[in-house]
Amino acid sequence: MKILVCISNVPDTTTKVTFTDNNSQFNINGVQFILNPYDEIALAKAIELTDNGNGTVTVINIGEANAEPTIRKALAIGAHDAVRINGNPKDAWFVACQLAHYIKENEFDLILTGRESIDYNGSKIASMLGELLSIPSISIVKKLTIDSGIAHLEREIEGGIESLSVPLPIVLGASEGVAEPKIPNMRGIMAARTKPLTVVESIEVESYTEIINFETPTPRGQVKLINADDTNQLIGLLHNEAKVI
Amino acid sequence: MSVLLYVEHSEGKFKKSTFELVSYASEIAVRNQTTLTAISIGNVENEELFTLGKYGVDKILNVNSSNLRNFNNQAFASVIAEVVNKLGSDLIILSSTFSGRGLAPRIAAKLRAGLADNVVSLPNQADGKFIIKNMAFSGKAIANVEIKSTIKVISLSANSYKVVENNKPIEIEDFISKVKDADFSSIINEIVRSTDKVSLPDAEIVVSGGRGLKGSENWVMLEELADLLGAALACSKPVSDAGWRPHNEHVGQTGISVSPNLYIAVGISGAIQHLAGISSSKVIVVINRDPDAPFFKVADYGIVGDAFEVIPKLINAVKEYKASA
Ligand SMILES: Cc1cc2nc3c(=O)[nH]c(=O)nc-3n(C[C@H](O)[C@H](O)[C@H](O)COP(=O)(O)OP(=O)(O)OC[C@H]3O[C@@H](n4cnc5c(N)ncnc54)[C@H](O)[C@@H]3O)c2cc1C
Ligand SMILES: Nc1ncnc2c1ncn2[C@@H]1O[C@H](COP(=O)(O)O)[C@@H](O)[C@H]1O
Repeated sequence: MKILVCISNVPDTTTKVTFTDNNSQFNINGVQFILNPYDEIALAKAIELTDNGNGTVTVINIGEANAEPTIRKALAIGAHDAVRINGNPKDAWFVACQLAHYIKENEFDLILTGRESIDYNGSKIASMLGELLSIPSISIVKKLTIDSGIAHLEREIEGGIESLSVPLPIVLGASEGVAEPKIPNMRGIMAARTKPLTVVESIEVESYTEIINFETPTPRGQVKLINADDTNQLIGLLHNEAKVI
Repeated sequence: MSVLLYVEHSEGKFKKSTFELVSYASEIAVRNQTTLTAISIGNVENEELFTLGKYGVDKILNVNSSNLRNFNNQAFASVIAEVVNKLGSDLIILSSTFSGRGLAPRIAAKLRAGLADNVVSLPNQADGKFIIKNMAFSGKAIANVEIKSTIKVISLSANSYKVVENNKPIEIEDFISKVKDADFSSIINEIVRSTDKVSLPDAEIVVSGGRGLKGSENWVMLEELADLLGAALACSKPVSDAGWRPHNEHVGQTGISVSPNLYIAVGISGAIQHLAGISSSKVIVVINRDPDAPFFKVADYGIVGDAFEVIPKLINAVKEYKASA
């Protein structure tokens, strides 16, 4: 089985989000970039599925050279090879078109993404890619097994879980529960240095959206502290002042 | 501008997020002096469809063929695209629910349309442009996004627009789609709904517990509080990791994001990854025995105290309030 794991390079979860150039650009100054946590889950699952030696795991990133430490990390965790499509991943459509172009030329049985990237939280890539490839796409997958070319999985729905069976090829957005993230060991880190990382140029894509600028949400005022014995006062405030009950 | 609205239902019933969506779309239709057409896919009784007239829908296309009873983003995207092409719609509006977020990108990709998701405002259409606000960076920022394509797709975040009544006579028309079974291949084996209680993503009030509650047995009091308030339950990640609560209740960076009107956090420290999932809540109440817990910095109201003493008192206060209301 040939598996492709799409990985994104995102600001560390504890990053303080600020902007530059009249609030039009995310300020990457001093920001630590990491492998998107959901992509770690997708990658761990892909490695698990090919553990018995039948199959390969390729990781792919649409990004610039500064994404390479994250790609190497994915190789250290256990991917067999990596591809970087050189370009600025400016929106989901751009990324999905690059991925689709690559996948059409290099077939895969299973394409895994994370449920969402933790920066723009789009949750868009898996579905766009499924559409561009005319194959099923399921997001927020919580469980996955593969048996004779059929994926048996569970996806999260509002207030419940749906279990499905879908023939491969398929695009899945992995979420918590699919696998436990793997930590690279020393052997993996050494091996990652010599594993193949191919760089290809991106294709032209028409852009349909543009971020004009960012705003930061208005900070909440000072917290109003209420005495632990005055729970009635809290209820009163929630009713009369905040008007939420 | 011609607006098409996809109205999502759950087992044949519309939920609050759909009424918010209709109210929102109705305002856009009014501003653009156009009518509002909605499409419903699956088995929804006419009686239920009629309720949408109350919020401003002029016409509903009802797609209820047996092969389209269950949600399937691939098939549903084909049906919606078929309708868009037939009606010449140029703005398609959906809810940012789990299903909506799996569907909107497929529609956008199919129609070569620009997509904004997690939208939290009406569009700014000044100077013939279309600029809209959406949440980004796990609630730490809002992006102003311009959609430049002729056809536009947007998905509205829950609890970001008030339900407004705008009674209209509504017309229901059955629509037979040309989509064939061969266009989609997934088979649904089973759907398990967690409970008949309020579902977390669309709850208006959420009561959430953290490691400070010490063990699953102590959720009895949170459950009682939640029941009294008509709230959904949530928890921090370590709580679901420890198996005290199911994973679908875990909110935050790696769980679900919620934006209720009221979020009550009990025994949760307020780590940045937790805040990522709840920071767009309108009002936040924090109950924690540590006055230096980071959560107090982002709270509107706080009680410094032991949850095991405060929660029973709070339950009594809610009971008194309800008795007097
Ligand atoms: C990549 C990554 C992703 C993560 N994603 C998430 C996520 O999605 N969601 C999430 O929640 N966490 C997430 N975390 C974990 C997060 O960093 C915190 O560890 C976690 O939120 C802490 O949970 P907690 O507040 O319940 O526990 P603690 O941090 O242990 O806090 C317990 C709190 O309870 C208070 N307390 C104790 N006893 C009482 C009492 N009797 N009465 C009142 N208060 C009491 C304490 O003062 C303390 O503030 C993530 C971490 C990483 C690295
Ligand atoms: N630049 C990128 N390169 C490769 N894969 C990506 C990129 N951006 C996002 N993805 C994948 O798409 C998933 C969902 O991202 P998003 O749609 O941005 O929330 C991520 O978890 C990744 O698996």
